[in-house]
Amino acid sequence: MSEALSPEVVTGLLPEVAELIISALNLDMGADEIEADAPLFGEGLGLDSIDVLEIALVVSKRYGFQLRSDNEDNIRIFSSLRALTAHIAAHRSK
Amino acid sequence: MNTLPLITGHALDDCLAWRSDGPVSVREFLADAQLLAARLPAGDWLLNVCQDRYRFAVGFAAGLLTGKGSLQPASQSAETLSRIQHDFPGTVCLCDSAFESGDLPRLDFPELHAVDRPHVMEIPSVPADQVAAILFTSGSTGIPQAHRKSWGKLLANGLAGAAALALNNCPHTIVGTVPVQHSYGFESTLLLALHGRCSFWAGKPFYPQDIAAALSTVPQPRLLVTTPFHLSALLAAEIELPSIDLLLSATAPLSLELAARAEQRTGAPLHEIYGSTETGQIAVRRTTDGPRWALLPAIRLRQHEEITFASGGHIEGEMPMGDRIEIHDDCHFTLLGRHADLINIAGKRTSLAYLNHQIATIPGIVDACFYLPDDERPDGITRLAAFVVAPALSVRDIQAALRSRIDAVFMPRPLVRVAALPRNSTGKLPRDALQALHRTHTRHD
Repeated sequence: MSEALSPEVVTGLLPEVAELIISALNLDMGADEIEADAPLFGEGLGLDSIDVLEIALVVSKRYGFQLRSDNEDNIRIFSSLRALTAHIAAHRSK
Repeated sequence: MNTLPLITGHALDDCLAWRSDGPVSVREFLADAQLLAARLPAGDWLLNVCQDRYRFAVGFAAGLLTGKGSLQPASQSAETLSRIQHDFPGTVCLCDSAFESGDLPRLDFPELHAVDRPHVMEIPSVPADQVAAILFTSGSTGIPQAHRKSWGKLLANGLAGAAALALNNCPHTIVGTVPVQHSYGFESTLLLALHGRCSFWAGKPFYPQDIAAALSTVPQPRLLVTTPFHLSALLAAEIELPSIDLLLSATAPLSLELAARAEQRTGAPLHEIYGSTETGQIAVRRTTDGPRWALLPAIRLRQHEEITFASGGHIEGEMPMGDRIEIHDDCHFTLLGRHADLINIAGKRTSLAYLNHQIATIPGIVDACFYLPDDERPDGITRLAAFVVAPALSVRDIQAALRSRIDAVFMPRPLVRVAALPRNSTGKLPRDALQALHRTHTRHD
């Protein structure tokens, strides 16, 4: 995959992806409360695999590509908001 | 001593499993089980947390060959592992991933080379009364309950499951999205392969695109063993699906709407399985045919006051059911709903009593309760909420403490700190007061 993304593109997309996660999961927080580099699972936002599937669905609708677990490192993609956003920026078709 | 075969219905050269590098025959599977059995340390119990369904199956069979029972807890939290270590001394944890096995003795699944495989000439037998597996429920009292399954009962369970779906005359290749350690996945993927003439895909596809890829890798006819949640995500993804011949769903009620849409989209009949960890699967229905369930062969129901008890067939003894049931005749019933205290989220069961006990015993918590909202979305996942009085703790502190005690799906969302719980004069928490509290702390966009 192409990682030649400028950090500015990823940073610029962060609020949109944060908002997408919050509305998909009906979380009781604002987009600016998700720290870009904090873990989404466990000690951070505390997401689980059910959430991942919900997020995958809205990501596929909004950005036009399907997430796969066997050709990408799933744990890395969901390690933080920034990692997920970078993955979206690199794979989006719309 | 009465013994029963490890595999029935298959010949030695039949295919039992499909891995990414191709099919595995019954003979090769049994050889791998022998190789692994020789490497297992002494001890009576195996906590088999292998993610790969084939490796789990090899571990399970190696346990059968060496008299080790398979421990299958409802959660894999640190608390659960230390309880297992205490209650089942001599447990070894069989892993194929970076699983946090704590202080348990651990065996990482070894590389088994095809060239080392002994030539297996017959299907081995296992004593019918040997404890083959212990499946756990969290129990309404809060203490995990161990449900022992003998090899004889598990074999009967596999035969009954296959008969209910008429798989014997038409063996399918099974792709499962559910973990093999959970009772539904255990019965409807592994036992259907060992005793229902089917074979299974070793992976556990997760994303819709993964499910499509797994299906296209294995031969027809194909059986997809899944849940309402995965099924609804699969249909929502609107991707091209390989042909599916039979759909199976369990763990949570499936709406008629989703069932009809799934059948229309795939052309495959959709059957639902009803059961519990205590009883194993006991009934089946085609959802689009209506709400009546047909009992599996030899299963009987009996009611005493509000409680329905199931017995016969592969059920060990007589087990109370967690649901309210209307019995129509000897073979049919309708589900009316759950008993109040029980919770089922994403196929994992617990009780409010258990969760309330767990949160109340966190140091620093003055008062706390969990709350299950009413507004369940059909085929979606309902999340719990919790209200806590804990002036000295932050939300993060409480979440961290809870995470080591309860399964992630039961984590409260939101977790709300309040000055006091709305207890009435008798100290009880009226549901409408909690409902009002919940409404003020959740957003509905």
